[in-house]
Amino acid sequence: MKRKLSLTINGKPYTDEVEPRLLLIHYLREVAGLTGPHIGCETSICGACTVMLDGRAVKACSMFAVQAEGRQILTIEGLASNGTLDPMQEAFWNEHALQCGFCTPGMILSAKQLLADNPHPTDQEIRHGLEGNLCRCTGYQHIVNAVKAAAGKAQA
Amino acid sequence: MATTITKPETLVGKRVRRTEDPRLITGTAIYVDDIKMPGMHHACIVRSPHAAARIKSIDAAAAAARPGVVGIFTGKDVAHLGAVPCAASLPGLRVPHHHLLAQDRVYYVGHAVAVVVATDRYLARDAADLVEVDYEPLPAVADPEKALAEGAPAVHPEWPGNVAFNFHQEGGDIQQAFREAEVVVQQRITSQRLIPTALETRGVVADWRPGENSITLYSSTQIPHLMRTMVAGILGMQEHRLRVVTPEVGGGFGSKLNVYAEEALMAFIAMRINKPVKWIESRRENFLVTIHGRGHVDYFELAARRDGTMLGLKLKLIQDLGAYHQLLTPAIPTLSVLMMPGLYKFKNISADIVGVFTNCVPTDAYRGAGRPEATHGIERMVDILAAELSMDPVDIRLRNFVGNDQFPFATATGLSYDSGDYAAPFRKALAELDYPAARSRQKQARAEGRLMGIGISTYGEICAMGPSPALPAGGWESATVKIEPTGKVTVLTGASPHGQGEETTFAQIVADELGVPMSDVLVLHGDTSVVQYGIGTFGSRATAVGGAALFYALQDLKAKMRKFGAMLLDSSAVTFSGGFCVDEQTGKSVSFAEIAVAAYHAKRLPPNTEPGLVSTHFWEPPNFTFPFGAHIVVSEVDRETGAITIHRYIAVDDCGKIINPLLVAGQVHGGVAQGLGQALWEQAVYDETGQLITGELTDYALPKAHLMPFIESSHTETPSPVNPLGVKGVGEAGTIGCSPAVVNSVVDALAPLGVRHIDMPLTPEKIWQLIQGGHA
Repeated sequence: MKRKLSLTINGKPYTDEVEPRLLLIHYLREVAGLTGPHIGCETSICGACTVMLDGRAVKACSMFAVQAEGRQILTIEGLASNGTLDPMQEAFWNEHALQCGFCTPGMILSAKQLLADNPHPTDQEIRHGLEGNLCRCTGYQHIVNAVKAAAGKAQA
Repeated sequence: MATTITKPETLVGKRVRRTEDPRLITGTAIYVDDIKMPGMHHACIVRSPHAAARIKSIDAAAAAARPGVVGIFTGKDVAHLGAVPCAASLPGLRVPHHHLLAQDRVYYVGHAVAVVVATDRYLARDAADLVEVDYEPLPAVADPEKALAEGAPAVHPEWPGNVAFNFHQEGGDIQQAFREAEVVVQQRITSQRLIPTALETRGVVADWRPGENSITLYSSTQIPHLMRTMVAGILGMQEHRLRVVTPEVGGGFGSKLNVYAEEALMAFIAMRINKPVKWIESRRENFLVTIHGRGHVDYFELAARRDGTMLGLKLKLIQDLGAYHQLLTPAIPTLSVLMMPGLYKFKNISADIVGVFTNCVPTDAYRGAGRPEATHGIERMVDILAAELSMDPVDIRLRNFVGNDQFPFATATGLSYDSGDYAAPFRKALAELDYPAARSRQKQARAEGRLMGIGISTYGEICAMGPSPALPAGGWESATVKIEPTGKVTVLTGASPHGQGEETTFAQIVADELGVPMSDVLVLHGDTSVVQYGIGTFGSRATAVGGAALFYALQDLKAKMRKFGAMLLDSSAVTFSGGFCVDEQTGKSVSFAEIAVAAYHAKRLPPNTEPGLVSTHFWEPPNFTFPFGAHIVVSEVDRETGAITIHRYIAVDDCGKIINPLLVAGQVHGGVAQGLGQALWEQAVYDETGQLITGELTDYALPKAHLMPFIESSHTETPSPVNPLGVKGVGEAGTIGCSPAVVNSVVDALAPLGVRHIDMPLTPEKIWQLIQGGHA
């Protein structure tokens, strides 16, 4: 009962036959081979699986792959261009905004979304903007610093 | 060969961004669930829905008939294998045989009953749902105090009463202390069960290679070598035929300082089906079957004089063990006893631990492991005593601190505190707050009817675990340094870091010692076929023990390089620094790379010297280290809702010498977040029947970004004399220092209402009830 699925991931076309029940996160990780987005809960709480769907951050554990038919997906693997890190990646590195790194791909994409919606956020706006992404290592403070640094850079 | 040599800038002590990060921020790091192998199968585990039940029958026929299913394994298939190991030993300890799969009975919700193996993750799960297990439910008990009550259901029928062990420790003369006492304060204090919640759940990939008679086990663990030895033991195989590889680990916090049934199970299954097999824990399973932390009910009695001098402390500690002992389960509360005097100089203690079986998942080491409970206890008791005597909580602490001239300080619990200046971080924190001004603001707030509190915690911890006699499988750590023929440096560390950043801090140490750029240093870890035997990362030990092993290996190599340098320079007196060997007389030098090539080409050799530049050191620490610090929390409680707002969080931590302030700050922030989680939100809740009510992230309240206060973190630096780096460890400091500061602050806020103690977590509901009732 497989269905044909065609979509674009990180600028490249993909076509596969998938079961309708296959979650988007499992499609990305196991069929498309993009293991950057992670699975932390499968209940849409932790945000480790966050990817961009047509430019909006979504949790890929809460969608079926077939719902992404014809759409554009960006995963963490597609963020750096020609070997140049995205300013948000660079800011996470500079500010030590990660430790074990498991939440990081989702956190970076949510942070991108946050700045797209609000280019000059206050600390509290950053914290609220990231409440859908859990980090157990950093206590979030360096993540807030990183988002502020990236926002500052975008401004300059 | 004459060169102008300028001493390069040293890197130890500098804010250096991590070498680990490029792979992590680009999504190219490999965690265990990212591993894919040809022919790899997937396992799904059927788990008990009951906390206690007899297994009457298991019918797997329907599951076995499903497409893609290649095997179903139950208790009888693994009955001949060894038990899940408990490495801790205590006199008279009752150790239930912990089979890899339940035999005729289940002991907690989540207890593994069967494993279904299929060609695909979804098919394995489909089939697992069809395994019919006929259970006869039995009475269960989930609360440790109820488990001790007369007539409680026996978790293990052979041990009615549910006591796994009793442990007594005494130091000084506790009777005399209480006879001398002018005041005695008592309090029951709980440290609730917590769920460690590493963001990556556990996972295993087992790859059996029959032709080589060997298994490679990829596992998300903190202790690859210990796992290899113990899993080989369970399976009855030669340990050098088992290779454990630790890929990127997505957080541990103690929950991966363990050997679980699944590691041995997957190795066993891979051998049975002759294919690689993967098992990835779901979040629900992670909450149900990966160890929990804490689980204390503590009864404290503190004896003192009316001037605030503490004389002695008694503790009756009830430890909720769960249904089985995992690797260190029974040992964890003994750490609480070791640290029960905190930073204070009184010399009389008495402690009684009773370890209690319950129909719950085992407790074990979770960030701090016994020390947060101890610190919470003593720091609450000091405040309760201060309140009783109407003393300032600052004065009472300063009066009782171990003095700077008393180090090394022998504690009543048998420890030797290495070094300290306990008032230094405390005074720094008080100055940052402007304590007198804060008290004035509090006075003003109270006059306005607002509930504002100032809470202090001055904590000590025991780190750098530890001297080998104190640990079941050795407390040393190992390091190998290989200077390659091209002058590049490879470090193999037996500590298996998983997010702490030793690939960076160890490279900083190497760069300073050898005078090479950090980019020439590669730090490898977590593969038992690559790295010499090691112990692992836990107990704030990786740098304090593993870093010291590295330091000594580097000294060996420097000595050997000096020999080659002297030979090449035809000199009898050379020095080695900044990446060069220099003849002090002539000023001539040879570079690091020239020496490296000479050592491997070996056309000439210095007297009594072998070719090559490799050194391995196993370093046995002579003592633990004892970091300390002061955390201060200013909070306000909303009278209408019971909600707590933290206005200031000041943390001044002394973790000895700091190698990388950026990473130390990260450890403090993360540690505080977990301490704050315990203080305010987190709690593993079992109902009367042993069902875990907080069984998903939807129900277990983890700290989120918008809930966390800004942490004002700074340091004092008192070097440890225990290791040559002077470091003490910082992985757990934030967690240990945090919770009493928060609770002391909220109790202080509610003191005008007659509140004297509140148990964690300080949920708004609990606080609101107290405001309504007026006392606790």
